[in-house]
Amino acid sequence: MKLKLIVNGENKTFDVKPDEYLLDTLRNNNYVSVRRGCDNTSCGVCTVLVDGKPVASCSYLSLKAEGRNVTTVEGIAEEAAKLAGFFGEEGADQCGFCNPSVALTVYAMKKELKNPTDDEIRSYLVGNLCRCSGYMGQHRAIKAYLEVD
Amino acid sequence: MKIKKYIKAGSVEEAYGILEGNPKAAVVAGGAWLKLLPTEVDEAIDISGLGLDTIEKKGDFLEIGSMVTLRSIETSPEVRALYDGVISDAAEKIMGVTVRNIATIGGTIAGKYGFSDIITPLMTLGTQLEFYKGGSIGLVEFMNEQAKSRDLLLKIRIPVAEGRGFYKTMKITAIDFPILNTAVSYIGGKTVIAVGSRPYKAALAEKAMAYMDTCASQEADCCERAAMTAAAEMKFGSNSRGSAEYRKQLCEAFVREGLQEVKS
Repeated sequence: MKLKLIVNGENKTFDVKPDEYLLDTLRNNNYVSVRRGCDNTSCGVCTVLVDGKPVASCSYLSLKAEGRNVTTVEGIAEEAAKLAGFFGEEGADQCGFCNPSVALTVYAMKKELKNPTDDEIRSYLVGNLCRCSGYMGQHRAIKAYLEVD
Repeated sequence: MKIKKYIKAGSVEEAYGILEGNPKAAVVAGGAWLKLLPTEVDEAIDISGLGLDTIEKKGDFLEIGSMVTLRSIETSPEVRALYDGVISDAAEKIMGVTVRNIATIGGTIAGKYGFSDIITPLMTLGTQLEFYKGGSIGLVEFMNEQAKSRDLLLKIRIPVAEGRGFYKTMKITAIDFPILNTAVSYIGGKTVIAVGSRPYKAALAEKAMAYMDTCASQEADCCERAAMTAAAEMKFGSNSRGSAEYRKQLCEAFVREGLQEVKS
């Protein structure tokens, strides 16, 4: 079946199966910053934005996204680089596998929440696992990026 | 779930016609849990374009479209204002934002998922379901029906009234399904207790509720005895998340805490 999407601002048409998930559609078409982790909604590394909202692309049927705006980390390159700078300063990076998904989720949080508290930041990121950093460095970096105390 | 054909319905009538005409057709709501289902469908019916994604106050009810996401429920001020925010409290504990932006209230209810965090509090609030052909039915009655519905769930209607609500869930991690969850409401002088993820689907603790209606002892004693009654009457099972005995202990503690809170 034909699927029309707007990916990072560009109109795209993909051939997809009826039960194909967005993660597979994107990766099959070289959007490889969208990572495959648990493949069952638990880890969050497959996060993309659909119409600005973070979703687990491993469990989002591709055809459900017909006509929608899909954003991968390349679509927010400038903001992702800014966040990466804070990650570096806070020693929040190790393998980097989860970084694109965390960047997208933090970007969405910035748009959605004004001056989020520590608890709100933690709560928003519950579904984005990082197996390296222990989260404290990430948390400091995200607060610096969001310019909150 | 394996899908042979994907159809984006243009109207409720069209969606129902496909569903009625093919026993191997199924509605796709959010789709977040489709991977967990070992089934195959001929026709998956996408109802996301039918305007079933609004939350509106209609008379004495808050009307929630079946395609409203759990994230929208969590962040809705209208939902938060009901019964100490008990529905919002339950919604925000469901995995992460990336899942709550996919999963819908209608999909959760229609699936009658035992692990659901959202069904349990809704059962304590007099929630009504509106189906396309079947009309209105109480959520409790719907949950007690053995057969899966072949109708289209359109709206979830929650009475708007003064009252208290309580919700508590126990999970191994924040992104796991519950070991057990419990909701208690106190509305119009009536106490309602629901226990879910036992790991069976949520059900009311009828004997404990009846006891609370008649208890003439001091409040703390009533709550204690009702909690013991609830733990004794409910059926619990064991799985990788917890044993039946552990769930029974949790039930007693959660019901006691819930009763004390809504009666305070």
